[in-house]
Amino acid sequence: MERLEVLKTYKIYIGGQFPRTESGRYYTPVNKAGKALGNICLSSRKDARNAVSAARKAFGGWSERAAFNRGQILYRIAEMLEGRRSQFIEELILQGSTKKAAEEEVNLAIDRIVYYAGWCDKYQAIVSSVNPVASSHFNFSVAEPMGVVGVIAPENSSLIGLVSLVLPAICGGNTVVVLAAEHLPLCAVTFAEVVNSSDVPGGVINILTGSNKEMNPTLSTHMDVNAIVYGGNDAVALKELQENAVLNVKRVFAYSNNWAKSDAQGLHFVSDLQEIKTTWHPIENIGGATSSY
Amino acid sequence: MATKKNIPVVEWDYAPSLEGTSHIQLKKQYDLFIDGKWVKPSSGKYFQTINPANEEVLSEVAYGNENDVDLAVKAARKAYAEVWSVMPAAERAKYIYRIARLMQERARELAVIETLDAGKTIRESRDIDVPLACNHFFYYAGWADKLEYAFPNRKVESIGVAGQIIPWNFPLLMAAWKIAPALAAGNTVVLKPAETTPLTALKLAEIIEASGLPAGVVNIVTGFGDTGAAIVNHTDVDKIAFTGSTNVGKIIQKAVAGKGKKLTLELGGKSANIIFDDAPIDQAVEGIINGIFFNQGHVCCAGSRLFVQENVADKVIAKLKDRLNSLYLGNPLDKNTDIGAINSKEQLETINKYIKIGKQEGAEMYQPTCSIPKKGFYCPPTLFTNVAQSNVIAQEEIFGPVLTIQTFRTVDEVIQKANNTPFGLAAGVWTDKGSRIFNLTTKLRAGVIWANTYNKFDPTSPFGGYKESGFGREGGLHGLSSYVKLV
Repeated sequence: MERLEVLKTYKIYIGGQFPRTESGRYYTPVNKAGKALGNICLSSRKDARNAVSAARKAFGGWSERAAFNRGQILYRIAEMLEGRRSQFIEELILQGSTKKAAEEEVNLAIDRIVYYAGWCDKYQAIVSSVNPVASSHFNFSVAEPMGVVGVIAPENSSLIGLVSLVLPAICGGNTVVVLAAEHLPLCAVTFAEVVNSSDVPGGVINILTGSNKEMNPTLSTHMDVNAIVYGGNDAVALKELQENAVLNVKRVFAYSNNWAKSDAQGLHFVSDLQEIKTTWHPIENIGGATSSY
Repeated sequence: MATKKNIPVVEWDYAPSLEGTSHIQLKKQYDLFIDGKWVKPSSGKYFQTINPANEEVLSEVAYGNENDVDLAVKAARKAYAEVWSVMPAAERAKYIYRIARLMQERARELAVIETLDAGKTIRESRDIDVPLACNHFFYYAGWADKLEYAFPNRKVESIGVAGQIIPWNFPLLMAAWKIAPALAAGNTVVLKPAETTPLTALKLAEIIEASGLPAGVVNIVTGFGDTGAAIVNHTDVDKIAFTGSTNVGKIIQKAVAGKGKKLTLELGGKSANIIFDDAPIDQAVEGIINGIFFNQGHVCCAGSRLFVQENVADKVIAKLKDRLNSLYLGNPLDKNTDIGAINSKEQLETINKYIKIGKQEGAEMYQPTCSIPKKGFYCPPTLFTNVAQSNVIAQEEIFGPVLTIQTFRTVDEVIQKANNTPFGLAAGVWTDKGSRIFNLTTKLRAGVIWANTYNKFDPTSPFGGYKESGFGREGGLHGLSSYVKLV
C-alpha cells in the first residue's frame, strides 16, 4: 500500500512561535493549474498587532547586539536555507516556477543572505562620519536602525522578493513584520521555519500571511511601526500606504526592482532603513600644549 | 530696561548698547523674486511685516498665489533644464561660493534685519544665525563637484525643481540650509519664507541677483500657508523640503502621498535635557539656559524637558532660578539682551495658552521679576516644577521660553522618560562620566545628542529627527542625500 503523505499546516510566525491566526480564518490560493496550495492563515489585525508588539520587544536586544554577532546569525540563516533547498524548490514549482527557475531563485536567495550577512559589520564604517565642526567639539554621526519595519513583500515572488527586503532591514538592526506575497505564500512560511532554526531571536522576523487589502492599512496605520517597505507595484496601494504613514510620520520606501537579478542588492537597501544620529561633545582646550607637540 | 527687584544686594542696570540700524537698506515694498526679476504679485496684494519687538511696520511684502508659484516653478524648470543641470559642477560651485562671500560682506546688515524682523537678539543674529548661514553656502559649494564621492557605488543625479518652505525661527539660516545643498546637487529652487519673517530671504534674493546666478535658479515667493500649499501641490515640483511644525508636516506628507515627489521634513520636538549628579553643575545650568531660552525657545530642538537627577534637583533648580533673574529681557537690538521678542502675537498667545494649561494642571510656575516693554511681544523665561510626565506642557511642543522640570533616580528611568514622546529630534546629556555619555547617546532615540553642551550647529554636522520629528538630514555629507537621485 502506498504511504499516505503527511501534509503541512502553514502557520504564521510571531515572536518566535508558530500560531495559527487568532481569527481562525484561512484562504486557499491556487496555482495556475488550479491546484490548491494549502489552507493559508488569513491573518487578522490582532495578529498584526501581536507581531508588531513582538517586533518592538525584540528591537532593543537585536539592535544592540554586536554587529559581528548579527553577521553570524544572518549567515546561519543561509546555512539553514541551504539545507532545505529541496523543500523550497518543490514549493516554488508547486507555485508555478519551472525547475530551473526555482533552483536559481533558491540559489540566489541563499547567496543574497550571505551577501547581507557580510554587510552587518561593515555598513557603519561607510555611512557614518566624523564632522569637522568649526567650534571646539568632537562631532560624529552614526547610523542607527529605524526600529520596527513593516515589510510588504512583492506579490510576484514567493522567496527572493521577501529575502531581498527582509535581510537588509535586519542586517541594520531593525526588526520586521512581514506580509508574505498573498498568492505565493508557501516559501514565506517555510522561510519562517528556517529563521526559527537559525539563532535569530524570536520577534526579530515576524511573518504573516493574508490579504494585502486587509493588512496594508493595519501595518501602515500602526503607531508603533517606524517604517514601511513596499515591494509591490500597485500605485494605488502605495498611495494608501503613504497616506496612512502620515499618522506617525512613518518612512515609506517603495522598491520595484527585479529581485531575480543578481545585482538587485546593495548597501542602500541597508542604509535607507537607518537614521543618522549626530553626537556633539566639547573638546577640552584649556591646556598649554599646542600644535608644537 | 529690565530691573531685578528681587536681587537683594545692589540694584543696577546695564547701559543700553544698541546696534545701529542706519546702515541697513530696507525698501518700503518687496515684490516676488522670480526668474531673476522682481515681479509684482498677480493678485496685487501685499502684506505687512512688523518688528515684533515694538510692533512697528518694517515693510510690505508681496502675497504670492498659485499663479505666482506657477511662474516661479516654470522659471525654475527652465533654468534647471537649460542652465543649472548642464553646467559643469565646478562652475556651479563657484556661483555658490560667490553667494557665500557676498553674504559675508553684508553680514552686519543681514544680522540687523534678522533681529528687526524676527525679534531675536542681535547677539544671536550676529554671532550665530548669519555666520552659520554664510558658512552653509561656503560648505555646500565645495560639494558640487565631489558628489560621487559621497555615495559609494551609486550614480548621482540631481532631482529637478525643489520646493522649499521654511519657518520663522531662523529665517535666513533655514533659507541657507535649504538652498545651499539643493544648488550644490544641481537642483533649482522655489523657496517660500515664513509670513512673519520674509525680509532676510528677500535680502538674500538681492544678493543672489548681485551674484549673477543664472535667472530662475533660485526663486523666492513670499506669502502665507496657501502660497506654500501651491508649491507642495504643484505637479512640476520634484522635491519638497519643509521645516516647521509636525502638524503642517503631516499635512504636507499627506498631500505628497502617491505623487512620487521626494520629501524631507524637519519637524517639531520636545527634547530632553538630562542632568546627572556628577555633572559640572554650573556649566549644566548654563546649558539648560541655552537649551531652552536660546532664541526665546523658538527652536525645534529646544531642550524643553529638563530631567534632573533627584539628589541634585534642589541645587540645580535654585541655581536656575538665580540665573533666570540675571537674564536680560528687552530690545533685541540691545547687545546686552538675552531674551528678545516673541516672533508674533499669535505665537505669544500660544505660549500663554500653554502657561495657563501648565498652571491648571497643577505644575508650579516660576518667572523672574522683570519689566516687560510696553509695546511688542514678550514672554519672561518660565520654569515649571512639579511636572508629571502626563502633563500637556511636558508632552506638546510650546515653542517658547518655557521649561518643564522633572526628576529621576536611575539611568534606565531617565532613558524611558526621555524616549517616551512621539518626537525624536534632540537630547542633551550632562555628566562627567564618558561611559555614561556613550550609553545615553546610544539609547536616546533622537537625531542629535549634545553631550555636555546644547544647541550647537555647524554646516558639516547632520541635523534632523527620528519619529515624528521628521525625516531626512540637513547639513554635512548626509544632508546631500536629500537633494540627489541615486541610480
